[in-house]
Amino acid sequence: MDLRRPPRSTSGGVEPKIRQVGFVTPDVSAPTEPAAVGAAPAPQSGTAVGSPTASDLAPGSLSPVMIPPPLHADHLSPDSPSPAASDAILASSAPQPSSMRFDAASELGEDDSRSLAPSAGELEANKGDLAGDSASIPQKQKTSKAERRAIQEAQRAAKAAAKEAGLSGKSTGAASGANPAISKQAKLAKTSQKKDVPHAASTVGSEKKISERLPERDRKKDAPHPRMQFDDVHRVEKAKKRAIVNQSEARNRVELFRHLPQYVHGTQLPDLESKFFQLEPIHPSVYKVGLQYLSGEVSGGNGRCIAMLLAFREAIKDYSTPPNKTLSRDLTAKISSYVSFFIECRPLSISMGNAIRFLKNRIAKLPLTLSESETKVSLQTDIERFINEKIVVADQVIVSHAITKVRDDDVLLTYGSSSVVEMILNYAHELGRKFRVIVVDSRPKLEGQGLLRRLVAKGINCTYTHINAVSYIMHEVTRVFLGASSILSNGTVYSRVGTASVAMVAHAFGIPVLVCCEAYKFHERVQLDSICANELGDPDVISKVPGRADLGHLKNWADNENLQLLNLMYDATPSDYVSMIITDYGMLPPTSVPVIVREYRKEHLWV
Amino acid sequence: MELDAAQNPNPDPPISAYYQTRAEHHAVVSSDWLAHAAAAAASFPDAGAGADAAPPPSPGSNGGGVIEEFNFWRRKPEAAEAVAAIMALAAVIRSSRATTMMELEIELKKASDKLKSWDATSISLSAACDLFMRFVTRTSHLEHEKFDAAKSRLIERGEKFGEISLKARKTIAMLSQDFISDGCTMLVHGYSRVVLEILKLAASNRKLFRVLCTEGRPDRTGLRMSNELAALGIPVKVLIDSAVAYSMDEVDMVFVGADGVVESGGIINMMGTYQIALVANSMNKPVYVAAESYKFARLYPLDQKDMTPAHRPIDFGVPIPAGVEVETSARDYTPPQYLTLLLTDLGVLTPSVVSDELIQLYL
Repeated sequence: MDLRRPPRSTSGGVEPKIRQVGFVTPDVSAPTEPAAVGAAPAPQSGTAVGSPTASDLAPGSLSPVMIPPPLHADHLSPDSPSPAASDAILASSAPQPSSMRFDAASELGEDDSRSLAPSAGELEANKGDLAGDSASIPQKQKTSKAERRAIQEAQRAAKAAAKEAGLSGKSTGAASGANPAISKQAKLAKTSQKKDVPHAASTVGSEKKISERLPERDRKKDAPHPRMQFDDVHRVEKAKKRAIVNQSEARNRVELFRHLPQYVHGTQLPDLESKFFQLEPIHPSVYKVGLQYLSGEVSGGNGRCIAMLLAFREAIKDYSTPPNKTLSRDLTAKISSYVSFFIECRPLSISMGNAIRFLKNRIAKLPLTLSESETKVSLQTDIERFINEKIVVADQVIVSHAITKVRDDDVLLTYGSSSVVEMILNYAHELGRKFRVIVVDSRPKLEGQGLLRRLVAKGINCTYTHINAVSYIMHEVTRVFLGASSILSNGTVYSRVGTASVAMVAHAFGIPVLVCCEAYKFHERVQLDSICANELGDPDVISKVPGRADLGHLKNWADNENLQLLNLMYDATPSDYVSMIITDYGMLPPTSVPVIVREYRKEHLWV
Repeated sequence: MELDAAQNPNPDPPISAYYQTRAEHHAVVSSDWLAHAAAAAASFPDAGAGADAAPPPSPGSNGGGVIEEFNFWRRKPEAAEAVAAIMALAAVIRSSRATTMMELEIELKKASDKLKSWDATSISLSAACDLFMRFVTRTSHLEHEKFDAAKSRLIERGEKFGEISLKARKTIAMLSQDFISDGCTMLVHGYSRVVLEILKLAASNRKLFRVLCTEGRPDRTGLRMSNELAALGIPVKVLIDSAVAYSMDEVDMVFVGADGVVESGGIINMMGTYQIALVANSMNKPVYVAAESYKFARLYPLDQKDMTPAHRPIDFGVPIPAGVEVETSARDYTPPQYLTLLLTDLGVLTPSVVSDELIQLYL
């Protein structure tokens, strides 16, 4: 194995991050073996092991994320004095039954009980009170590869401990960019920083992600970029530097969704508003759209995408190339900074992501012979063309296809508020078809109410109900029309939370479910559940019911450690429940989505 | 029988001409008759040509020309209606006097519309016309060449498409041989010439198998089918339509044809197919659909009533009392989840491939 990049584990694979998932309360002192971590206890490492992983824990506080000690089973000298020494030290601390975590780690590597030593040493270092002094460091007498690795790890851990003690932490971050070793280091650092996390103001910034994206982009243009995982504290903190919106992490986060960002909502908007005149690098129209996202004024896939593109168009109009810079690179960097600002305001929707990719592609493909003003005009017309072709005209085509499926005496059910479905209903009404609409709505957003108002104003016969009653009302329904935020490659529909339930009930009743979605929202990603990628909304709105001040049972929910509130924004509907997808390319079965992505992404959009 | 050239043979619109034609074909002509007729025609070439009333090549009167050509091809009972339409359209290109591509395309479109209006309920007819148009006009070099070269290329493609369609049945029969093994029992429904071709080829390959044939009311297709099969020496058992579930245990696979294959991968076929597919699916028996590729249509029915209705009068043998309604629909839609495989001339496909093929051709 070559040593340019020290391998993290002898198993050669990704080091497992073992953590307690599910709804674990953070302050339990004696953790019961979490079922999520499936490791059979390996007896031989049971003895002196009990302590290492628990040694970093102050008695009574269990960090929700436990890092298994690294697996460096093959590099210890047979008679190094350190194992015995560390064992002696650690055996004295209270044995915690976290042995199983270590067992899991050791199972993945070799079953060498000597793997205890470096891990023990490092974790000892991570106690936070030993700044820089690792008892396991005296392995310098042997220079085997594994020992060097152990030394490196120990040094990194020492640095991390030093950083936690208040030094500036930039050096560790600069060490390796996208190096996966960083995440391991972050995990090591995390154990010492665990106590600080609930209080630390860590922000979401994906500057790092964006800057990683650019070199990667040249290599793999078409692969979707990995999203930032927000449970990786090191990366989150690193990105904090460039963040514009100051956000404080919410307390009482649900364990299962730790990889998604969640912030305290009340403070963001006034903070951002107050910074208006100080944010010189952000163009005012971009700033305005960001504020609109944050406040929830602009919502919905199409609306957000159009607002963003128009803001970019304004920004491009006012753009002038700084001296000694090429327009395409500088403009791309500027757009990226705007995008990271938007992400801080509200995570990007998939439609926005696709539009950004299109824009960057157009910038990259600009012919070099054009002058700056010509380039700017060309980009602006590209943006306008995108909006027109992919959204406005596409919607009209979808409506013309969908209208063939609306017959007289139909009862159409829709969920939430989708712009395309509203257009279909309006058009059908204009054509004089006789039908009635059932609008199903759900808390906390209650988006259906707006749709209901607009439909009733047009004179359409409507029924309004809450999602609890969907199985009650489904027997009257003849067709279900749903909108989508995106459709993924395996035919899964990614849409507002609650859509999956409505589709499932409709399927159980044998009612056809028609999903209307423009083709620019399709994505190559495959998602099997609603957990790995989602958006978390403000949990406070769940605890309050507007108009019912007396229902204040959850008033101080944040103070209760046993209580976590979850406000998901999206969910994934499996393709089995979808009868047909109506796009601007026609009516397709859900299995044909990858064909459209394959055939028409390359040609039309990214040419 | 001589059918009126430019008019739908059935003057009563609600009755589907498609099924009328099939009934006429099958009532009158069977393959032994055809063999005799062919032998007879071979010894009397002039009489054969005269009796067929070869279409006058009149480029001016396009409308009349295409229908006559169509009828000429259609009269061969082995030829499917859709294939006849394809050959007629190919002839239109050949005999066209247009001087620009645009004109030629307009002519083709007019001819295709005329053919489609001949029977509005036939799915394979309109699907074949649309596919022909797309297949032929989709060549990319057309814009850059002189008209004559482009036209000859179009003629070439048109005739190639026609040839593929004519040979489609043989291709399907060859591909399906692997699915029939010795000692298997299959259930067939409806009189599909493709399925018949498959079974003929299997019988000639000396495979030993048994066929259960549904009666196929009201068209009596089952009886015709069993007639043909018995003539081939294949052991046949006829069931009434209600006995399908009863006999499904002893069946190894189900073979059906299709009137049209829709975009979702489902099929539209004679009434009763959906029922059989449901029973087969619940008992885990595979359902194989033998359909030529020109039957892929750009339709997407959501349920049984979502198609253009095609009615066929049912003769119960006794007069129906007044006030009693009869369900006379002649066909139903089988959704793709009940079908195992589609045996087509493009290969053996799963139902989800239909949409892929259509997208590649149409968009």
